[in-house]
Amino acid sequence: MNATKYQRHWVAFNTLVTREIRRFLRIWPQTLLPPAITMTLYFIIFGNLIGSRIGEMGGFSYMEYIVPGLIMMSVINNAYANVASSFYSAKFQSHIEELIVAPVPNYLILAGYVAGGTARGLFVGIIVTIVSLFFTQIPVQHLFVTCSMVFLSAILFALGGFINAIYARSFDEIAIIPTFILTPLTYLGGVFYSISLLPEFWQNVSMLNPILYMVNAFRYGMLGESDIPVGIAFTIIIVCIIALTSFALHLLNKGTGLRN
Amino acid sequence: MTALTISNLSKTYKNGYQALKNISLDVEQGDFFALLGPNGAGKSTTIGVITSLVTKTAGKVRVFDSDIDSDPEQAKSYIGLVPQEFNFNGFEQVKHILVTQAGYYGMTVAQAEPRADELLHQLGLWQKRHSTARSLSGGMKRRLMIARALVHKPKLLILDEPTAGVDIELRRSMWTFLQNINEEGTTIILTTHYLEEAENLCRKIAIIDQGKIIENTDMKSLLNRLDRETFILDLKAPLPTDINLNNFNFERIDDTTLEVELERTENLNTLFSLLSEQGIEVCSMKNKANRLEELFLSLVETTEITS
Repeated sequence: MNATKYQRHWVAFNTLVTREIRRFLRIWPQTLLPPAITMTLYFIIFGNLIGSRIGEMGGFSYMEYIVPGLIMMSVINNAYANVASSFYSAKFQSHIEELIVAPVPNYLILAGYVAGGTARGLFVGIIVTIVSLFFTQIPVQHLFVTCSMVFLSAILFALGGFINAIYARSFDEIAIIPTFILTPLTYLGGVFYSISLLPEFWQNVSMLNPILYMVNAFRYGMLGESDIPVGIAFTIIIVCIIALTSFALHLLNKGTGLRN
Repeated sequence: MTALTISNLSKTYKNGYQALKNISLDVEQGDFFALLGPNGAGKSTTIGVITSLVTKTAGKVRVFDSDIDSDPEQAKSYIGLVPQEFNFNGFEQVKHILVTQAGYYGMTVAQAEPRADELLHQLGLWQKRHSTARSLSGGMKRRLMIARALVHKPKLLILDEPTAGVDIELRRSMWTFLQNINEEGTTIILTTHYLEEAENLCRKIAIIDQGKIIENTDMKSLLNRLDRETFILDLKAPLPTDINLNNFNFERIDDTTLEVELERTENLNTLFSLLSEQGIEVCSMKNKANRLEELFLSLVETTEITS
């Protein structure tokens, strides 16, 4: 092994990402199929059946309006769930020790798991996008905004899943945050409606929800329509990524939940 | 060269339990080193600190030329660990586990696959290479952990009870395998509850008890300290009722079995002469207990009394 330190790190990172991707592909009936089925039902029920009675929202048919939000919701949930479940399982089965005893720096462990979660988020996002094409046309007004926002959102929630898994002491504890925090924030984050429909007080409360910014920025990328300034959305998400990365690294360096 | 240097190592867990009390230990390159101790003595904590699985409270650990604090990556790259508990992903295929582990050490797939194949052949796992790890038998899982620890060709192999729950045939084949890799230059540290295993394999030994090193020497010197040994003799014909073995302490176990205790100053020739004079023929002879076991128990009991 005469490779340089950076070459060895690159190989280690690739190995970890490959293992993570192989994991979610191996268990595709648990990871890739459910979001496809769930989103198909959303498109049929909310988009077709109910949406046809709602009429237009923000100048678009209701189906067109909810497609970006539903894609983003799938990406967020799957990026989070992948890392939370994979990292916690590695702790639970103790095979995280394979990584701890190996010469893999903590930032690479974090990067590898987050890349795996991001990959699953984007993979599911593509599946949901393909499903949505059976129901409506999807224009993409701003390709860079669309791609960068979905990518950054996947990274952010993969980081969230990682921190959740570090603290988790049981499988229940990796389900609590998605169920009681993530899902309500997503549903109230403008996936199904424009916040302009809300009374002013609730509009202001909604502005505290970070998912609102991601959904709206992504919708802006696709439809050219947003309830919030896109620049603020990018600023918030980048600041959040930096903060969560620093915190996750701090926990890893301390060995929280990993080392005695 | 020293493969492992532990200096003034202490570990106190959050609950206040002091697992290691200022221990120091050197393992020379090429050694086959036994680290023995009763349950809860601190063996696994020591191994945990060396391999970064446990955070130490105080002290220094160097692996070859690298300190585990200032140069952890280099130190880790020297070590291969076979832990006490199975700790692989049971849902992954056997060969994937090896290639993935090699990847963590910077080996590309092209480098890792031939190495994994070699180890799978050597450890009798080739037929199972595409099976998931959880479908393996207990013995195969142990061998998989050894293969995984060796995949990056470590200079220091640490085995924490590698033959626990393994049948005697497999245990002996693992001994041969470990002796071979030690002869090829790998330094080995072994913890085990099978003292026969430590006596057969290891040239150096440290005994740890209640977080302290109570003995650290070479196996031969330690065994030389044994001041008495008990032998069991199988006799060809039933013993006469009135045998005379002079000063030897003996006990008749049954008609054809005799247990004799020998002081270090006595020798077997005298015993056999006495038996021959009385027409007693011996078919076979064995130690009543493993020699190291007798010493180990006496050392550990002494610590318990004095502490």
